[in-house]
Formats: sequence, C-alpha cells, structure tokens
Amino acid sequence: MSEVITVNLKIWRQESPSKEGYFEEHAQKVTTEASFLEMIDLLNEDLNNKGLEPVAIESDCREGICGTCGVMINGQAHGPRKATTTCQLHMREFSDGDKIVIEPFRAGSFPVIRDLVVDRSPFDRIIESGGYISVNTGSASDANLTPVPKEAADQAFDAAACIGCGACVAACPNSAAQLFTSAKIAHMGSLPQGQPERWKRTESMVGTMEEFFGSCTNHGECHEACPKEISLDFIAFMNRDYMKAKVKNRALSGQR
Amino acid sequence: METKTTLLDSRVPSGPLEDKWENHKFSMKLVNPNNKRKFDVIVVGTGLAGASAAASLGELGYNVKAFTFHDSPRRAHSIAAQGGINAAKNYKNDGDSVYRLFYDTIKGGDYRSREANVHRLAEVSTNIIDQATAQGVPFAREYGGLLDNRSFGGAQVSRTFYARGQTGQQLLLGAYSAMMRQVSAGSVELHTRSELLDVVTKDGKACGIVTRDLLSGEVSAHSAHAVVLATGGYGNVYFLSTNAMMSNVTAAWRAHRRGAFFANPCYTQIHPTCIPASDDFQSKLTLMSESLRNDGRIWVPDAFDDSRPAHEIPENERDYYLETKYPAFGNLVPRDVASRNAKNVVDQGHGIGPLKNGVFLDFAAAVERDGHDAISAKYGNLFSMYESITGENPYEVPMRIYPAIHYTMGGVWVDYNLMTTIPGLYAIGEANFSDHGANRLGASALMQGLADGYFVLPYTIGDGLADQLGEPAVSADDPVFTDAINAVEDETSKWLSINGTRSVDYFHRELGRLVWDHIGMSRNKEGLEKAISEISALKEEFYSDVRILGSADTLNLSLEKAGRVSDFFELAELMAQDALKREESCGGHFREEHQTPEGEAQRDDEEFAHVAAWEWNGRDALQTRHVEELDFENVTPTQRSYK
Repeated sequence: MSEVITVNLKIWRQESPSKEGYFEEHAQKVTTEASFLEMIDLLNEDLNNKGLEPVAIESDCREGICGTCGVMINGQAHGPRKATTTCQLHMREFSDGDKIVIEPFRAGSFPVIRDLVVDRSPFDRIIESGGYISVNTGSASDANLTPVPKEAADQAFDAAACIGCGACVAACPNSAAQLFTSAKIAHMGSLPQGQPERWKRTESMVGTMEEFFGSCTNHGECHEACPKEISLDFIAFMNRDYMKAKVKNRALSGQR
Repeated sequence: METKTTLLDSRVPSGPLEDKWENHKFSMKLVNPNNKRKFDVIVVGTGLAGASAAASLGELGYNVKAFTFHDSPRRAHSIAAQGGINAAKNYKNDGDSVYRLFYDTIKGGDYRSREANVHRLAEVSTNIIDQATAQGVPFAREYGGLLDNRSFGGAQVSRTFYARGQTGQQLLLGAYSAMMRQVSAGSVELHTRSELLDVVTKDGKACGIVTRDLLSGEVSAHSAHAVVLATGGYGNVYFLSTNAMMSNVTAAWRAHRRGAFFANPCYTQIHPTCIPASDDFQSKLTLMSESLRNDGRIWVPDAFDDSRPAHEIPENERDYYLETKYPAFGNLVPRDVASRNAKNVVDQGHGIGPLKNGVFLDFAAAVERDGHDAISAKYGNLFSMYESITGENPYEVPMRIYPAIHYTMGGVWVDYNLMTTIPGLYAIGEANFSDHGANRLGASALMQGLADGYFVLPYTIGDGLADQLGEPAVSADDPVFTDAINAVEDETSKWLSINGTRSVDYFHRELGRLVWDHIGMSRNKEGLEKAISEISALKEEFYSDVRILGSADTLNLSLEKAGRVSDFFELAELMAQDALKREESCGGHFREEHQTPEGEAQRDDEEFAHVAAWEWNGRDALQTRHVEELDFENVTPTQRSYK
C-alpha cells in the first residue's frame, strides 16, 4: 500500500556546458505510488513556486521505450532496480529518510548540457555510419520470400530491443559504447537481409564508435545497467565479426 | 461562429474505387530524376511518418531538411506503439483482402472517413510490410520462418504483424535507419533539438518554417519549396494521456493560424486498456497493448463497490460484460465500444482497485489453457511493464485497466494529395485527419504513418513541385521570414516577463481536467458550453499568472512548454465548438443526446456525413466551419453492430 515518505535529494546542478557544476540538497515528500520522475516533477513545482529555477531533466514517453530519460541514481545508471529505466522506477523502491544522489550520465563523449541533461548525439553518428540495411523505398520483395529461422529472428529482436539511452556508456568505467554498437550490428547481422553489408557495416560502425568512445575491457557493467538487458554475447558477436571483416575486406586483401 | 458551406476540394480522382490511386499516379506530374535535387523539402517531425518521408524523399534525390525537437530522431513517440501494424497480406488464408481492410477501416471509423483515402491505405499496406522486413525489422515469425499474425480489435481476420510488444519501436528504428542512411549520403540534413514555432507563407504559399534551437534559444528561418508536417497528434491537450510528455499540437496549430484548416478536432480516441491513475500528481497514463484483449477477459464484480480481491470473487458473481453484450466480437470490440462500456460499469459503481476506477483484464483462463510460457512469449514485456508500474504481478492477479486518451483522429485537413489548404504545405501521419474517420482501428496508426511517408507523399509531392521547376526557394532573408522570426522572439520574451505565481504544468493540468470532464468519453451540450467558458477564463489566467523562470538563451523546459500549452488552450476551445456543432454521436465522439435505446452511438447521416474543417480568423474571432461532404459510393453506412 502507498505511504508518504521524505527523501533527501542531492542533485547535480550545472548551468551550461562551460560552467562548473555543483550539488544542491533538497528534502522531498512523496507517496510511494509516485514514479521517480513524478517525484522530480513535485520538486520542480516547489522550486518554481519558491522562485528557483527547476532542475533540467529529460524524459518523454515515461514508458521505458523512447530512451530519453536516464540519470545516475546513487551511482547507478537508471537507479537500483534491474532492467528498469529511470521513468519506470517508482518510489516504492525507496524508504523514508533515504539519501538519493542524482547526477547526469557521466562520460567524456556525453557532455552535460544543463543539470541532468547530456548530449548523446554520438550514438546517431554511429548509426549514420552504417546502422542500416540499404534498401530504397519500393524495392523490397514480398516479405515472406525469405524465410528467417525463428531463432535468428528472435536473436535479432533481442539485440534490436536497445533503446539508445546511453546507460551502458555511463556505467562503463571506460565510457565504452560496445554494447550499444554491438546491439545494432548483431540485430542486422543475425538476419539474412543484413548479410550483404555485414562486414562493411561492422568495420564502419566500430570505426565511428572508436572516434567517440573508450575501449571495452570486459567489465560487464553495461549489461548490468542496461534497462533492456542487452546481452554481452552481442559484444562477442561484434568482435568476431570485426575480425572477420578485416580479413574479408577486399580493399585490404593485398596487405594480407 | 458562422457555418459556411464552401465545398472543400478533396481532389479525389474519379473512376472506380480500386483504380483511383493507380490512375492518379499516372496522371500526376513527375519531376525528372536530375531535377529533383533542385528542390528543397522541409520535413518536420521524425516519427514513423516523418522519418519514412524524409528517407524516401532523400532516396528520390530531393534536398531534404528534417527537423526534430528531440535529441535524436529515434525518440519520436511512434516508438511507444506496442501492438502491431495491419496489412492485407492474407498470409493466414482467412479471407482477408484489400477490400476487407478498406471495409473494416471505413466501418470502424463509423463512416466518417474518405473512401478513396482509406482504399489507398489498404492497397499500400502490403508494401509497408515488405519494406520494413527488407530493412531488418524483426517481426514475429513462426517456426517455418515465415511471418506471424494476430487479430486485433474491430477485425475478424488475423492481419496484424507485430514485433513482440514493441512494434512501433522496431518500425521506427527501421525508418530512422533508412533516414540516417540518407543523412550519411548527404541528401537529408538533420536538425535535432529544433522546434517549429511558425510556418511561413508568401503569396499564399508555404515557403518555409521558423524554428527555435532548444539549447541556444536561437530563432532561425529555413526556406524550401515544400513543407511537410509530420508532427503527430494532440492527445496531450488532456494532460493525462498515453502520449509522451513532449507530444504537442504546436506545429499543426501554428500552421492552422497561418491558414491551414483544422478538421474534426472533436474526434479523439480513448484507448480501453490503460493503467488507471493512482494519484493526483500522476504525470501520464500508460497503455497496455490492445492485443492483450486477444487472451485477457474483461470483467467487473456483479456487486456494487466490491472490495474483495479478484480471486475471492466466484465465477457466478462476475460480469464479463463485453462477452455477454457482444457475443460475436466479445472482448475484441472496437476501442470506442470497449471504452464506453468500461466507463458505464465504473459509473454504475462496479469499478475495482483502490480508487474504484478500473475494470479487470484477467489472464487466468489463458494461462491455464496455453501455459505460463506461451503467454509470456506473447506478452512478457507488457506484463513486466505492468508490474514495474503497479507492483502487481499479472500472472497472479488480474490487471486493472481503464480507458485513457490515446490518439486523435482529427488534425490538419488535407486533400487526396495530403496537401493542406495552404499550397505547398503537407500533413502526414497522425497530424492529418484523413483516414480514420471518427474512430481508428487498432494497429492502423503505424500503417497510416508509414503509408503516408513511404508510399503516398513521395508521389504526390512531385505533382506540386513540378510546376515550380526553375524557381528558387524564397530567400530566408525575405521580410516574410524576418517578420516571423521577430514575432517568435517577442513571444518568447513575453513568456519570461509575465512572472506570475503558477507553473506551466499547473495550468496544463487544470486545462486537462476541463477537457477530460467535458470533451472526453462522453459529451453533452451543457458540458460543452461550460467547457468553452471555463477554458477561456483559465486561458486568461494562464496569460497573466504563469511563472516562467530562467532565460531564453539556454535549455529552458518551462519556456518550451509554455508555447505548447498556450496552443493547447486554443485547440481545446475549438474542440468544444466542434463537438457542440456535431449534433450526432459517431465513433469516439459520443453526444449523450444522441444514442440508440441500447446506449450505442447514434449517427445522423442526413446532417453530418461530412468533415468539419475550421478556418482561423484571428485570436479574438470565432473560427469558420467549412464542410467537406463524404460520398459513400461503395460502402453503405449502417448502424455499426458488433453483436
């Protein structure tokens, strides 16, 4: 049943990318039925009433699918509940008097824009560099012409479930984006439709990823933080494909 | 308000229904492949409709500028669609056809949509599945490797393709990657975190847009030969809806204020299966896919105000009201019928849950019949979403559900070419009004968004552009743009200078309450008149008492929202006018004065078999109601029956 609790918030405030950030403390009363973001809504309402600027925090669907929300809650990306985005976290996970430290996702390639809002556009650069199957509108054959083994379709889906929130990068001690990148590579690489560009796609996306992000050292923190529980196996898939791609790349064949 | 009966020209081609689109494609003017690069096209919004249009137009060779106010195109609210997408593939060999999908959509829309548009939608539906599959969209498959289908509300065939409970996400990621491929190829220029704040016209023709960069606050002009709005629906006028927090009517409304007629604003859809509100500061409602009605049974206790847990209520004390009342369709009746029946039983005092504001959706029989694993494979992610929100496990206790606003059938009026009443301005996807009539069938929103973006607009836009060959786009330095920029900047500083006492959210919530109470699931004359005066009073208070802190040159979420809420106020007034004027019940628009003896919606085809399209006459004037008559040449409107 719902009860009213008071939580002690320590929230990161930062006016702009170039300004120094700092922590601000607020005690917030809330019922345990509320979602975490509704608790922040209440705080912002109170701040606004007192003439203080509300905390900038992003969210959109509040259903755990759009990937817009995401903050560090007590040092964990998206907070304490497994497989849950910030927007799906509810205050019933907390107790009266709890201290909650709220920070933006921390990563060199995710600069803070304001307070808890960061810039995750490097993810779009990775997709742009090859995260697609080149098929112009109108040129597709009948959908049932190419049967896809159910297991392959299911694996592709497991990888495609990534919501691009960036929790994997935030949780990684190296700020690596292997889980995000491999999810897209494995999604398309598992399907017959993705085969023609498989090797080129892998090389290109890995290349772009490395321009922005750190290297993977197999900590597995990304998987632990992932609200969609994307499997580490996809990183292995990507590494294997990357190696194969280097061998299969015809432009490099003279150097072998 | 005066009613002016000017015939709006829908430009529906003549000829037999099934040949119209084919003939029209041939009769439209073409732009030669080498000339396409001479045309600039702006696409606003990057959801299913916008991303698919931007990708397809880019592939054709147009210079596309795509705008989204999100940080990435992939955030658009299409991503949250769960259940599926319809297509007349007839893979299940159960008698589906293009004509049947057309018929079901016309009937489901309660005979308030354009036959020709709907038939075209059904025709291209099959291409969408082919296209998405080729893009790598991981639709559900059977063990033989072929695509699986399920049935959905309002249909008696299985024509819905799905990707677990995340069909919208997977289709959007497909359209998004197709668009990003064009970004990489240089044919689409992507502008993120840019919000449209005005549509600019010159000599009565659309020539561009004015946007505000949400990070720097910079207001800038973008010119083009054609502008496409793919900016979604206006469900957030209710404050509590299943729409995303940022979904809004601003782009469509600003276009409306520049001369684009706004059609059927009172057609809003209440989705029957959402999680009931749990407290006063609830920020949004969460939908549970309608597909759950395939296996879940809806019931309430026979007794009034029954507080026993579900498992303690014996079978003979339960009312499976949909199965009893509608034996043929049972739990799969269309959304408006399911919603109104839920409201009725709750209003009568049979509501369940702590606030007595829901009905049960029970999976016990399905789990017993098919086993835990089979149910989990179909609905696993929905069940876990439900559990994370409510703290209850739907494998053990029935879900609690209640209707909530989910989709808006009304929108910017468009002709058969998807062009608005402003030449050169197009509206696609949920932003337009065209295909769903007064009620949309489940799994048809994704279909319409992608049909418009992939297979309709890329053809029809050429017809409008061909005549402009050799003409450069209006310069972004033209006075029409500088005037529009100045107006937007003035508006922004106006918000910051009010310095009242209450937040934007406070006013949005209060507005939402009024709209839900009076222009919600059922409407009556008295309530609508009350809504009109109360909305107007609240609007004045909003303009004088809202408090927006901070500045215009940084990210300022309250400032962004103020403009959106202000547009919702104006829209809400029009919704009430439209609902008042439509003296009949149809689909999602239920006027209590007009119902059959059994309490079903009672249409008036003599007087109201038409589209009402409203013309803006300035802030202080009432809008003019224009009428487009709907001709039913192929389907005879009848009283819908799902018994």
